[in-house]
Amino acid sequence: MPTVTVRIPTPLRSYTDGADELRAQGTTVTEVLRALGAAHDGLLPRVLGPEGEPRQFVNIYLGSSNVRVLGGMGTRVKDGDIISIIPAVAGGAHESERPAPRRT
Amino acid sequence: MHETLREKLEELACAGYPYESCGLLLGGSADGECRVERVTRARNLNTERAADHYELDPDDFAAADREARAAGLDIVGIWHTHPNHPARPSETDRAAAWSGWAYVIISVSRDGVQDLRSWRLNGEHFEEESIKPCRP
Repeated sequence: MPTVTVRIPTPLRSYTDGADELRAQGTTVTEVLRALGAAHDGLLPRVLGPEGEPRQFVNIYLGSSNVRVLGGMGTRVKDGDIISIIPAVAGGAHESERPAPRRT
Repeated sequence: MHETLREKLEELACAGYPYESCGLLLGGSADGECRVERVTRARNLNTERAADHYELDPDDFAAADREARAAGLDIVGIWHTHPNHPARPSETDRAAAWSGWAYVIISVSRDGVQDLRSWRLNGEHFEEESIKPCRP
């Protein structure tokens, strides 16, 4: 089974004991992330929704491509691939609009 | 943050006016302080409300993350501008913020940069943090 590196962004490192990248095994992006989630309590709910899709405020990249433009979360991985968890970053000066619900 | 990086941020803020500009701060953290070594510019995907909203292109985030890791650095914060608004986090900023990063906000007007401040999420609220000059 392929072993893949998963890069963890700063805001989620409290779930990985501070590690900025980890290795996990799986044949698809979903399998790798679920394997990682099994070893790091609390991480997976921050990354994937109940149906296994990336949460609204998270993008998952395989190499330099968003998995949304590849085969989705079922995209197959190979040994040595790099998966990056990319937080969505947004905001702005506007004050009157109702803000989106916080996710943390 | 070295003065040259601050000047670069101010140049980027003015170049993007009257729209919101955004990007990433690359550097490292130690002893409770973060040091900014590089700044990058990212595309604002919110083209409909670019005067008062930003949505940082995740492709640019991913590219900055690769650049940072290749240089032994990390993404330590986000910068964005508030055209014709104070350099303080809005409710929109707070609602979308992540913990663990510095959020540098630059107030910019047609006359240039008016203010530049850094904020960090503490629980549900932003707290201002000082920006100290350092050697390059």
